[in-house]
Amino acid sequence: MGVPVRQTDVETTNIALRGITKSFVGVQVLKGVDLSISHGEIHGLLGQNGSGKSTLIKVLSGTHDPDDGEVLVEGKPQGLPLVDFARVGFSFVHQDLGLIEELTVLDNFLLPHTARSSSWYLRWRDDRARVQRVLDDYGVHIDVRAAVASLEATDRALLAIVRAVHDIRQSETRGLLVLDEPTVFLPREGVERLFDLVRGVAAQGTSVLFVSHDIDEVRELTSRVTVLRDGAVAGTAVTGDVTDDELVTMIVGRRLAKHQGRLRAHDGLGEVVLKAMNVHTSLLAGVDVEVREGEVLGVTGLNGSGFEHVPYALFGALSDARGEIATSGGRFDLGSFGPGGALANGMAFVPGDRKREGAAADLTLADNVTMQAIDRHRPWLLRRDALRREAVRLIGDYDVRPGDPDAVYGSLSGGNQQKALMAKWLTTEPSLLLLHEPTQGVDVGAREQIFKALDDVRDRRTAVICASSDCEQLARICDRVVVVARGRVAAVLTGESLDKDTLIEQVYNTATILDERDEHKETSA
Amino acid sequence: MSTVTDEPTDLGERKGAGARPTGIKWRDLGQRYALLLAWALVIVAFGALRPDIYLSAANFQTIFASQAVLLLLALGLLLPLVTGNLDLSIASNLAFSSIFLAILQVKHNFSLPVAIAVVLVGGLVIGMINGYLIVGLGIDSLIATLGIGTVLQGLALAISNGETYSGISSTLINLAANYRFAGISLGFWYGVILTLLLTYLFSFTALGRRMLFVGRNAEVSRLSGVRVARIQWGAIVGAALIASLAGVLYTGTQGAADPTSGLEFLLPAFAACFLGSTTVQPGRFNPLGTFIAVFFLVSGITGLQILGAESYVQQLFYGIALVLAVALAKLPERRRRRRRAAV
Repeated sequence: MGVPVRQTDVETTNIALRGITKSFVGVQVLKGVDLSISHGEIHGLLGQNGSGKSTLIKVLSGTHDPDDGEVLVEGKPQGLPLVDFARVGFSFVHQDLGLIEELTVLDNFLLPHTARSSSWYLRWRDDRARVQRVLDDYGVHIDVRAAVASLEATDRALLAIVRAVHDIRQSETRGLLVLDEPTVFLPREGVERLFDLVRGVAAQGTSVLFVSHDIDEVRELTSRVTVLRDGAVAGTAVTGDVTDDELVTMIVGRRLAKHQGRLRAHDGLGEVVLKAMNVHTSLLAGVDVEVREGEVLGVTGLNGSGFEHVPYALFGALSDARGEIATSGGRFDLGSFGPGGALANGMAFVPGDRKREGAAADLTLADNVTMQAIDRHRPWLLRRDALRREAVRLIGDYDVRPGDPDAVYGSLSGGNQQKALMAKWLTTEPSLLLLHEPTQGVDVGAREQIFKALDDVRDRRTAVICASSDCEQLARICDRVVVVARGRVAAVLTGESLDKDTLIEQVYNTATILDERDEHKETSA
Repeated sequence: MSTVTDEPTDLGERKGAGARPTGIKWRDLGQRYALLLAWALVIVAFGALRPDIYLSAANFQTIFASQAVLLLLALGLLLPLVTGNLDLSIASNLAFSSIFLAILQVKHNFSLPVAIAVVLVGGLVIGMINGYLIVGLGIDSLIATLGIGTVLQGLALAISNGETYSGISSTLINLAANYRFAGISLGFWYGVILTLLLTYLFSFTALGRRMLFVGRNAEVSRLSGVRVARIQWGAIVGAALIASLAGVLYTGTQGAADPTSGLEFLLPAFAACFLGSTTVQPGRFNPLGTFIAVFFLVSGITGLQILGAESYVQQLFYGIALVLAVALAKLPERRRRRRRAAV
C-alpha cells in the first residue's frame, strides 16, 4: 500500500491507546486495549458485533470515560474523557453519516463550524466559494447548493468524509479520521471512490481508523489491521501478511469445544408454508426463500448485505419490495401485499426495533399484548374484563415481568419487552412467524425463555424465519440457515455443517466467494 | 454480547421488578381524580363567596347549557388528537357552518332539515380536504389545518359580506336552547350523548383500540396490519363533521349568526382535551375527561364573572389551563424517567 510500517516507531506514531478498559454494570466490555496508528496510516479495525468496537470508538469521541488506560496524541497524554476530541483533531464519520437531508451541502458542511461559531454575521458568498473549492480539491464534484437529499449515496458519504477531514484541518495536529462502517450502504463503484478519497487524506499525514465487518475492504484499503474479540485485542498484523483464514480465526476465535448445532431429523418437516421468489428490495437483489411447517429457517449476513430485509419484505412491510410469494392462500405480488395481506395469510412479525416498530412504548403491557387478540373479540362490543383476563393469561404464559398488566411497556426490560411481543403475536396462532433479531438487547434468562417459546412454536408446526446477525443463536435454534451476501443467497447451511463457527466463517467469506464467482462469469462470457 | 451495552438498565429493572407494591395505588388514584376534585373545589370556593347566586339551580343550568357548543367541538377534536394529528380548523369550520346555515335558511329559504344536511355535507368536504392534505399528501397536520382554517374564515366573510343573519328557524332555536330536559337545555344533552358515544368507541370497540395505537405509534400499527391511513383519515373527517354539527348548534343557541363569532372556541377546545387527558384515564385523551374539563373551566369562569371579573380573565383562565394541562400530562412520564434513572 506504499505506506511504510514500523511497528512501534515512536517517531511516526500519531495516535496511541494504551490499556483502555471499560465496564458497564460490572461487565467488562473493553479489557486493556492497545492500539497505535502512525501518521498517514490507514488502520483497519475488525471484530464481530459486541466485540467492543463501538465502545472503543465512543472512548475516542469522549462519549465513554474509560475506567483505565490512556490516549496519547503525538506522544502527549490527553485528559479523559476526551470531550475535547475535536481540538486534538479527532473526527468521525459514522454509518448514518450525520447529515441533515433537508439542508444543502453547504449548510451541512458548515454544521460543525456553525455549532461552535459565535459570529453574528455569516459570509454566505465567501463560504460558498470556499466550501466548493475544498470539495473540488478532494475530487468531490457536487454543487454546494444542492440539497443533501438529492445526492447519490456515494456523494453523501464523500461529503461526510471531506467535512470530517476539513474539521481535522482546523486543529493543530494532523489528526485522526475514524470511519465507522461507511461503506455498508454503498454500491461497489462508490466504495472505490471512497477508498481513493481516504487514500488521499492519509497521504497528507492524517491517520485513519477504518472500522468494518468486511475483510475484503480492510485488505484493499489498510496497511495494518487490529482485530478485537470479546473486548480484547485478538491481534494486530500487517494486512498484507495475513491470510483471510487467519483473520477469520482472529475474529471468531477457536474454542476447544465446538458449540454443536441441534441435529434434527428433517423428515419431521411438513408442507411448504411459504415460497418467495425473486425478492428484490433496495438491498436484496433476487432472493428465493422456502420454509416448511415446523421448520426454523435462519437468515444472516453482514451488516448491509440485505439479510435484515428478508422478514420485512415477506411481511409486506417494505413498500419498495418486489417479487412474488406463494402461500396456502394463493400467490401474491410483494409490492402490493402489505402487512394486512400478510396477516390474512397467517403470518406474524416481531421486528427487532421493539420500541419503534414492535409496540407502543407508552401504552401499558395489557394494551400491547392484546393488540392482535382484540380481533377475536366482538369488535363492536369489547368485553373489557375478558380482554384483561386474556392479557393477564398471556403475561403469565410468557412469564413477562413485572406481571402487572398496567405497567408501561417502555419501562420493561429488553427481555420482557420481547416476551410480551411474542405473546402479542403468538395469540394469532400464525402459520409463519417472522423474527428480526429476537434476542437483541435481551438478558440471558429471557433469551432462554424466548428459545423455549420458539420450541413450542415449532411443536405446533408453525414455520419460523429468523433474521439475525447472532450466529450462535442461529446455530442453536435453526434447522437451516441462509447466508446472504451483497443481496443474494451465498450459502445454505443445514445439519452437521450448521454450527456457530462455520456460520461465521461463511458470513465473512461469502462476499469473497461471490466476487470470484462474478469474475469467473465475466471471463467466461 | 451486545446485551449489556445496548440496554444497561436491563439488569437493574429486573431486580426492581418483583418489588412493585400491589393493591390500591394512591398516587394513581389521586391523579386520576385530581381534576374532579379541582372542579369541586372551584364550586365550593365560589359557592362560599357568593352562595346566593353561584349555588342557585339557575346558575348550574346556565353553566351546563352555555358550553354545549364547546363540549361538542372539543369531543370532535379528540378524534384527530387520539390518532396523532392536530386540527386547528375546527373553530373556523364551526363559524363557517354556523353562518352558512343561517344564509341557507334566511336568505335562500331552505327548509331546516335540508339546510342542516347541506351544511353537514360541507363539513364532510372540509374533512376530506384536510384528510387528503394530511394523509394523502403527508403535510403536517398543524400546517394543513391552519391553512384550511384560514381559508374557511375568508369564505365565511365572503358568503356573508360580513353581515349578521338573524331570523333563524325557531324549531332550531327550540331544539338547541329552549326545550329542556331535567331543567337543562337540549344542547347540553347532545354533548352528553356524544360523550357516551365516544366513550363507547374508544373503550369498547376494536376500532377505538386501533385509533389509540395509530396515535401512539403509527409504524407499530402498520406492522400489525392496521390500516393507518384510513383510520387517520376517518378521524379527521369525523372531527370536521362534528365541528359542523357544533356550528349548527351554535346558530341555534345564538338565534343568529355572524361570520366571526365561534372562532374563539379554538383554544378552550384544546384546553379541554389536554386538561381532560390528565383525568379519568390519565395520559390518554378521553371523552369523560374532556367533559369534566369543559365544565371545570366553565365553572371557574362563571364564578369569576359573578365576582365581577373583567372579560379578559376568561382568556387568562383558558390560556393558563391549557399550558398547565400539558405540563401536568408530562408529570407521570417524568416521574417514570426519574425512577428509571435512579435504578
